[in-house]
Amino acid sequence: MKLVDHFATGLDAPICLTWELTYACNLACLHCLSSSGRRDPRELSTDEAKAVIDELQRMQVFYVNIGGGEPTVRSDFWELVDYATAHQVGVKFSTNGVRIDAAAAQRLAGSDYVDVQISLDGATAEVNDAVRGAGSFDMAIAALGHLKDAGFRDAKISVVCTRHNISQLDDFKALADSFGATLRLTRLRPSGRGADVWDDLHPTMAQQRELYDWLVAHGEGVLTGDSFFHLSAFGSALPGLNLCGAGRVVCLIDPVGDVYACPFAIHDAFLAGNVRDAGFGTVWRESPLFLELRQPQTGGTCSSCEFYDTCQGGCMAAKFFTGLPLDGPDPECVQGYGELALTGVTAVPKPTGDHSHKGGVRGGPVPLTLSLRRPDKICDESPLAGLPV
Amino acid sequence: MLALHPKVSVRPEPFGALLYHFGTRRLSFLKDRRLLDVVQRLDGSTSVDDALADVPLAEQPAFRAALATLEKTGMLT
Repeated sequence: MKLVDHFATGLDAPICLTWELTYACNLACLHCLSSSGRRDPRELSTDEAKAVIDELQRMQVFYVNIGGGEPTVRSDFWELVDYATAHQVGVKFSTNGVRIDAAAAQRLAGSDYVDVQISLDGATAEVNDAVRGAGSFDMAIAALGHLKDAGFRDAKISVVCTRHNISQLDDFKALADSFGATLRLTRLRPSGRGADVWDDLHPTMAQQRELYDWLVAHGEGVLTGDSFFHLSAFGSALPGLNLCGAGRVVCLIDPVGDVYACPFAIHDAFLAGNVRDAGFGTVWRESPLFLELRQPQTGGTCSSCEFYDTCQGGCMAAKFFTGLPLDGPDPECVQGYGELALTGVTAVPKPTGDHSHKGGVRGGPVPLTLSLRRPDKICDESPLAGLPV
Repeated sequence: MLALHPKVSVRPEPFGALLYHFGTRRLSFLKDRRLLDVVQRLDGSTSVDDALADVPLAEQPAFRAALATLEKTGMLT
């Protein structure tokens, strides 16, 4: 049995897992995969979070990818980071940089077991801020500057690849090099608010080819979180696992303790359980959803494709949120089968959770919306109509 | 004498084991339970030969090669 086949049938514990610590966020990125913004009042307490870390230590989960929301806005963020690293659970956390000032950078530089990913979705403020909000580019660059000045080595710049930034790949690399950082590219998913902007932001077929060629040329010097295995159908496989790890080698714990199959699948259809009930280990080992995911997958209509071995039918979440069957092609199938399948889609799944800011945030990206409220009276033209004046 | 790097954590799995190096963040896989036994036996052995004592002679070169790879990647030191 090949190693990858062992992974497909599931491990005793995840290799790593993503843990969204809070849905609270100072930004309102258009493509947020967790529809974050407002804190959920049911958020795990400090003690509950520490109990999760204790269990991860017992299960020997080597590290957690902490995200959100913006995880650093939790008042116990550093306490939890210290607790994890003191219990043999390494931490990689993603941040927009809002709390990475000189003091935080000094603190991080003094830790052996913490990696930092600064999110940036444009190599210029113009491209970045259109998705992440006004001022977010400068905030990220300031954070990277503080980390560099403090002597923190090898920060990561984490980029979600979109239609507007694929042409900036070389610029991202140069930016990362200038900070002594490593570039990390990941795939845009139609998850959370990403579903709303998917049609406008997901890379075109020509851009997918450009991305593939760029990744092949830069090899293991650029991190990808193994998220582009669907591009392997352009030719040879990219470095990495080339396997959907959902419920098999990875999973997600959300801020209220719900366990989902993967970070891109925050939806009731992929909810395996909650850490508050029987603990994380029980969910990982026994949840019917995860046990089902670890069964042999058929590949469905993809199994006859010559690239199925490396592409594996692509991303489960991308299929689900675009209304495609899970045992068929990925919506971005580079052989074109996805586009064909999408023409038959009549409905996409409704989201089952949303923590978006109501009314947006200051400086946030503002998509054009139309008011659906009728005028009070058909002939009422006063702009103050209906207001208590 | 080879030994596990002090920053390396070993997690047994049905197929063998996962090794994670907290310093380099590198993940390695041991694809054979017997290799896991050998790695764990390094600590307390006087030599690699000693740790390999239970491995059939014909298979020892493959085990030595695996140990060499683990040394090269810093998992063993």
